Amino acid sequence: MQPFGSVCPQHPGRRAGGLRSATAFVSGLILFVCLALPLGAQVPTTAGSAGVGLTPAGGVSPVRDLEAADTPSDRGESATVRWAPPREDTGAGGAVLGYAIQRAPQPEGPFETIGQASPGATRYDDTHVANGERYFYRVVTLSASGDVASPVAGPAIARAQWINTNQWNVFIVLVLLLGFNLYFIEHIRSGRKTFIRKIAGLEAVAEAVGRATEMGRPILFVPGIQDMNDIQTVAGVTILGHIGRTVAEYDSQLVVPTSRALVMTTARETVKEAYLSAGRPESYNEDNIYYVTDEQFGYVAGVNGYMVRNKPATCFYMGAFFAESLILAETGNSIGAIQVAGTAMPAQLPFFVAACDYTLIGEELFAASAYLSGEPKQLGSIKGQDIGKFVGMLSIILGVSILTLADLTGWEPLTRIAEFIQSFWSTELA
Amino acid sequence: MKRTIPLLITGIVGAVLVIAYFIPHPPFDSLREDFSIFFDIIAAVAFILGGGNLIKMHGNRVSRREEGWGYSLVTVVGFLVVLAIGLTKVGNPDGFRGSSVTAAGSLFDYAYQFVFRPCAATMFALLAFYVASASFRAFRAKNLEATILLLVAFTILIGRTFVGAWMTSWLPDSLHFLTIPYLAEKIMVVLNYAGNRAIMIGIALGIVSTSLKVIIGIDRSYLGSD
Repeated sequence: MQPFGSVCPQHPGRRAGGLRSATAFVSGLILFVCLALPLGAQVPTTAGSAGVGLTPAGGVSPVRDLEAADTPSDRGESATVRWAPPREDTGAGGAVLGYAIQRAPQPEGPFETIGQASPGATRYDDTHVANGERYFYRVVTLSASGDVASPVAGPAIARAQWINTNQWNVFIVLVLLLGFNLYFIEHIRSGRKTFIRKIAGLEAVAEAVGRATEMGRPILFVPGIQDMNDIQTVAGVTILGHIGRTVAEYDSQLVVPTSRALVMTTARETVKEAYLSAGRPESYNEDNIYYVTDEQFGYVAGVNGYMVRNKPATCFYMGAFFAESLILAETGNSIGAIQVAGTAMPAQLPFFVAACDYTLIGEELFAASAYLSGEPKQLGSIKGQDIGKFVGMLSIILGVSILTLADLTGWEPLTRIAEFIQSFWSTELA
Repeated sequence: MKRTIPLLITGIVGAVLVIAYFIPHPPFDSLREDFSIFFDIIAAVAFILGGGNLIKMHGNRVSRREEGWGYSLVTVVGFLVVLAIGLTKVGNPDGFRGSSVTAAGSLFDYAYQFVFRPCAATMFALLAFYVASASFRAFRAKNLEATILLLVAFTILIGRTFVGAWMTSWLPDSLHFLTIPYLAEKIMVVLNYAGNRAIMIGIALGIVSTSLKVIIGIDRSYLGSD
């Protein structure tokens, strides 16, 4: 079996399982979702199907339109109760003090209170139910003048669903992005030219490595303080591979202190391969990639100590950073190093911008590997990413314009379109 | 083979986890958690490598009397002492088997509270000075953009203190939109949020794109080559 994107032995110029397999994978996913969507849906049962338990009281009315049903798009073991609040519910401090949600195995009871909801609430998720069992619910409106129970709704039968329909929008965005990526990879591979803007921070890599070589000083690479399960660390390590090759070509010294043992192991393999591919395996020194500590400020102290003592000529910070970002970058600045940083932590970006010579802002960190490799298949993914951004921008402009127009004109169809656009980009539960 | 197997593992595990995100039904519902536990197990094993590496590196420096070997000695001694008091639970109020290694009153807890925490707090406190020095460089009005940055930063700094409210308190209610606290709030809530969201959207797209590249096998640079 060929891995995705590997070269077909019969046709070296073509990809064997790559794009076609990926396209088949996407088509399969769409087909799977389309087939599985109708499965596992339960129609909510409204109150009145078993009408008992109305307790008259002066002052407040029972909740209206009570529905009890299996919670959609979940692993089961949960039922959702929804209702429309009575007119007397004016929020906190009003006549309604709250709601008691009661459950029973039979419509006639006995009911037990399983939870409470605040005034203004319209939903309660009962997460202590067994799959396949029948449950009946009623909601008691609590007030100072007396409590009043709603009619009973049910049965609600919890089941595990096969498809999370709450995430349909995420699925569409994912498929679109994958489609854009694959299209542009093929587009560039077919020889057509495309414009990729220059990223100053990455253009400066060779210059920064060259400077360190001329000065006879080491190059420091800090891959952030997160582990390999963070995508920023993965992006940082891929950039390390490219920098490692440049360093090997210049025959300079690359030092990588890590705050996670797994990052150290990965970084060692990456740099070793980079030296090997540059034809200088003998220059690779395993001891230059070492573990410091998992502790954030202990790590900072260790790296800062190295900087002050050894004065590296170039410092790269690529990965996930927190409060230590400025401490590292300012120390690097104080020793006169050329500094290139890249992170997708928005709160740390201003610090890097202030203290470093070049900063890769957010998405540039993820584009760096493709940019440095210069390979068509990787550059295509940058274009695909750009188209995704364009769709997002278009959606924002359309949404804002339509919502503004709907607000000004009060035309219902416009409001619905605006609500649809809003819900498309929302990840809130249905 | 050395390259194919990691690529296959990455592709299959990545694709399964992406699919599992859309399938709440067992056994897919717990896959993410299961893989997270697998990762923790691997990371725990790797930690032995990390600890071993730390001892080896700093031990060599001490034995060879390399430059700065004193720092290495402190590191090795600190590591071994904390490891020993953690493993033996010295001073634990309920004895060796009775309580957690971090129980209050234990020597391990003592070392954490009175040695480690002050050291970490000292490093964190340095941030205040670094913020001042970085701000001084960043806010120098060298050109138009830097001047705008300086003015905006100054407005926010002043607007978030009592001075901002005091300076513009004489403005009538009809000119409330010109008060410094109001301007600072609008800069943060409107301009800052808009810029931040734009960066966040770019990051989200970048994460998806990078993940897809790694899963499909287009980006193999994490294996050390393209």
